[in-house]
Amino acid sequence: MSDEDIVNNNLTALVVDDSPMIRKLHEMHLKKFGLKVQVAENGKNAVDLFRCGASFNLILMDKEMPIMDGAEATKELRIMGVTSMIVGVTSLDSIFERQAFMEAGLDHCFTKPLTSENIIFLLQELNNKNNEEN
Amino acid sequence: MLGLAADRLRADTNRLLAFLFHQGILDEQFLQLQQLEDETSPNFVSEVVNIYFHESEKLLRNLRSLLMDKEFSDYNKMGIHLNQFMGSSSSIGAKRIRNVCVAFRAASEQNNRAGCLRALELLEHEYCFLKNKLHELFQIQQQRALAAAVRYPMQN
Repeated sequence: MSDEDIVNNNLTALVVDDSPMIRKLHEMHLKKFGLKVQVAENGKNAVDLFRCGASFNLILMDKEMPIMDGAEATKELRIMGVTSMIVGVTSLDSIFERQAFMEAGLDHCFTKPLTSENIIFLLQELNNKNNEEN
Repeated sequence: MLGLAADRLRADTNRLLAFLFHQGILDEQFLQLQQLEDETSPNFVSEVVNIYFHESEKLLRNLRSLLMDKEFSDYNKMGIHLNQFMGSSSSIGAKRIRNVCVAFRAASEQNNRAGCLRALELLEHEYCFLKNKLHELFQIQQQRALAAAVRYPMQN
């Protein structure tokens, strides 16, 4: 995938995190790679967006959030039939906790901080997924 | 003369950043943050960092409040605050703060109250130091922006 392909995409993303700083940072980071981005401050807001008919190619999901955490939101979205790429972005250290988060239905899980290398990897995965579906 | 002032300010910025990287206070994630700033978002770094300061002070107050409570036993709640502090600190490249959070979290997982108190004091100290240094950096950058805005007529 060329640099031009990476930036010239029609991809949409949802950043789900209770930290306003992380939402702002991840939103800008994804926008720099050409994605159209929306944000949600907890898992329930993310699920509600999908219930209202929104859809996104990529969801960046924090784990620990009030009202509905990332694992619960991910399970709910998968039960609803959401096939978006859902990627955990968390500070969790314990292998057990990360494994439990993955088992909720994540496609990948990264430790914070989210880097440009992580985003390039995800764009390539999304490109591969798109090619397989076509 | 304006050119010399601009050179001096640029040197001051580079010196301060070099110090912060060399001392392990900041890491390469801060560079990634700077790379997100452009002409459409010229104050992006200071905006993000100011939100970080606001969130961090709230987290530090919560941590202190938990530990000062004589009846305190909710290490799980402490862990949640620490995870958030670690996540935000690592996301802006605040390496030393993140490392203190790791040690703090280890003490919390062992239900070691004394260890947590020591870690909290260190965390508060590191946070104050970082905040002062970043304010200094932003002040220099503001001065650079002002110096660039003042055009000596003959230079045009």
